[in-house]
Amino acid sequence: MFAFIISRILQSVPVLLVVALISFAMFAYVGDPVSIMLGQDFTEAQRTALVADLGLDQPFFIQFAKFVGNAVQGEFGLSYRLSRPVAELIAERAPATLELACCAAGVALLVGVPMGVYTGLYPRSLLSRAFLTFSLIGVSLPTFLIGILLILVFAVWLGWLPSFGRGDTVMFGWWSTGFATMSGIKALILPAITLGLFQLTLIMRLVRSEMMEVLRADYIKFARARGLSNRAINFGHALKNTMVPVITVVGLQLGAIIAFAIVTETVFQWPGMGLLFIQSVGSADIPVMAAYLLLIACLFVTINLIVDLLYYAVDPRLRVSRGRGH
Amino acid sequence: MANAFAQLRDSDIWWSFKRSPVTVISAIVALICIVTAVAAPFIAPHNPFDVATLNLLDAFKPPAWIDEGEADYLLGTDDQGRDLLSAILYGARISLFVGISATVFAALVGVSVGLLAGFLGGTVDALLMRIADIQLTFPSILVALLVDGIVRAAVPREVHDQIALFVVVVAIGISEWPKFARPVRGSTMVERNKEYVLAARVIGVSSFRIMTGHVLPNVLGPVLVIATLNLGLAILAEATLSFLGVGVPPTQPSLGTLIRVGNDFLFSGEWWITIFPGVSLVIMVLSVNLLGDWLRDALNPKLR
Repeated sequence: MFAFIISRILQSVPVLLVVALISFAMFAYVGDPVSIMLGQDFTEAQRTALVADLGLDQPFFIQFAKFVGNAVQGEFGLSYRLSRPVAELIAERAPATLELACCAAGVALLVGVPMGVYTGLYPRSLLSRAFLTFSLIGVSLPTFLIGILLILVFAVWLGWLPSFGRGDTVMFGWWSTGFATMSGIKALILPAITLGLFQLTLIMRLVRSEMMEVLRADYIKFARARGLSNRAINFGHALKNTMVPVITVVGLQLGAIIAFAIVTETVFQWPGMGLLFIQSVGSADIPVMAAYLLLIACLFVTINLIVDLLYYAVDPRLRVSRGRGH
Repeated sequence: MANAFAQLRDSDIWWSFKRSPVTVISAIVALICIVTAVAAPFIAPHNPFDVATLNLLDAFKPPAWIDEGEADYLLGTDDQGRDLLSAILYGARISLFVGISATVFAALVGVSVGLLAGFLGGTVDALLMRIADIQLTFPSILVALLVDGIVRAAVPREVHDQIALFVVVVAIGISEWPKFARPVRGSTMVERNKEYVLAARVIGVSSFRIMTGHVLPNVLGPVLVIATLNLGLAILAEATLSFLGVGVPPTQPSLGTLIRVGNDFLFSGEWWITIFPGVSLVIMVLSVNLLGDWLRDALNPKLR
C-alpha cells in the first residue's frame, strides 16, 4: 500500500513539472514584464537594475528553479491588471469557487445516483424514460445556456432566486462563506444546479448501465436464491459493485466541474477564481493565468491521486492482485 | 458515379441509416443547417452587417407572432435593430466554419502524431503519448482558453483582431488532438506488424512511404467517427469561448456571441435575443451528435 502511494506520487511529479514549465515560459517569454513595470520614462541603468533585480539575466534553469521555489511558497508576483499580489487575489476568490464546486458535485451525486439506480432497476417504466430523455437534453445543452434558461425562468419570470453574485457572505478567518446567510444559500442554488446538471446526467447514465450489467451477474441470482430481500440485493450487492466506475468518473469530473466553473461563474457573475481567470485571459494578465494554471494542475493531480487510493479502499480485488506482486 | 450510388444503396450503412428514423431526421436537420449557413448571404431576409440598412428605431422588436412584432422581422430584432433571423443564419455560418476547421485541424495533428508514435515506437512514442496523457488530464475548454490567452498576450491588439478567427480554430484544434492521436496510434501499432508492411520493407520502400501510403489508409476508419463526434464538441467549444468574450471577434458574431449579447437584455424582457440563437445552437449540435452516435454504432462490427 505504502509503495503504491509513493509510486503514484512520483508519477505525478513530471506532470506538475511540465505545467510549471509552461507557466514559467508564459512568464518569461510572453509579453515583456520589464517594460510593463517600468512604464514610459526610464534610463538604461534603471532597466539593467530591474532586469538584475528580477533575475532575468540569469541562466534559464536557475530562473526556472527560482520560479518553482517561489510558486511552492505561493509567490506569483503582481497582477498586471489589478496591481495586487496574485496569491492574495486567488486566496480571496478560492472559497467562492470551492463552495460552488462542492455544492454542484453534491447535487450531481445526491440526485444522479438515485435516478441511475431507479432507471437501472426499472428500465421500462415511464419515469425512467422521462429521466433518460431529460439526460439527453442535459448532455446537448451547453452549460451557459442552462444558466441563462434558469435565470430567465427563476429570476426574471418567477423572481424567486437572485441571478448574480453570492448574496451576503460571512467571514470565518480568511474564508468567506455563503452558507451562513439565507441570501447566500439562495444565491448558490441556481449556479450549483447549472454546474452540476451535466455531471448529474453523466452519473445517472453510468449508474444505470452499471446496475443493469451487475443485476445480470450470477452472484445476484444466487443472492435471490438465498432468499435475500430485494432491498438487500439492490443496495447491498448490486449498488456496491457499481461504485468503482462511479468513483472514477465523479473524481475526474470534479476537475471538470472546477474548469466549467469558469463558464458558470461568468453567467452568474460569481466572484470566484474562474471569473478572475477569464478576466485575466481577456486582458492578457499573465501572472494570474500562470498561477491559476499551476493551481488547477495541483488540484487535478491531487484528485487523481485520491481517486486511485479510493479504488483501493472500495475494491478488495485490487489489493489482492497487488499483494501478489503484479 | 451511378455505380457508386448503387453500391451505397446496397451497403449495410444505408440499410442501418434507413432503419433509424432519429438518424434520418437528424441528417435532414444537419443538412438544412449546413445549406442555410452556406447560403446565408442569399437567403437571409436582411444583411445584418450592412450598417446603412440598420435603423435604431427597429431595435428590440419582438418576434412576428407577438403583438408588437412585424412580419418583416420573423424572429424579432436585437439591440441595434438587426434582424435576428439573418444574424442567426450568418452566425451559424461562422460557428460551423470554426467547428469544422478546428475538427479538421485537430484530426490532421492527431493523425500525424498517432501515426508517427505508433510507427516509430520507442522514445518518440513515449514522449508524444506522455504529452497527450498530460493534456487529456485537463478539460479541453481550459486548454483552448489558455492557448487563446497566450496568443492574446503575445501579439498586439490590432494584429489579434485580424487573426482572431484563426486563433480560435487553432485553440480548439489543439485542445482536441489527443482524441485522434490515441486510437490512431493503437491501430498503427497493430498494422505495423502485419505482413504487407513487412513485404513493403523487404522490397525497399522508405519508412515515410510505408507510413503514408500503406499504413495510413488502413487506420483512417475510426477517424471519421471521432471527427463527427468531435464536431459537436468543437461547435460547443467555440460557442462557449465566444460567450465568455474571448472567441471570435465582435465584428463576426457567431451564435455564441449573439447569446452573450442577448444575455444583457434578459432582464429587460427581451428574451428572444438570447433564446433563438441558443435554440439554433442546440438543434445544430444535437443533430450532429445524434449522427455521430449512429455512425459509431453502424461502423462498429461488434454491434452488427
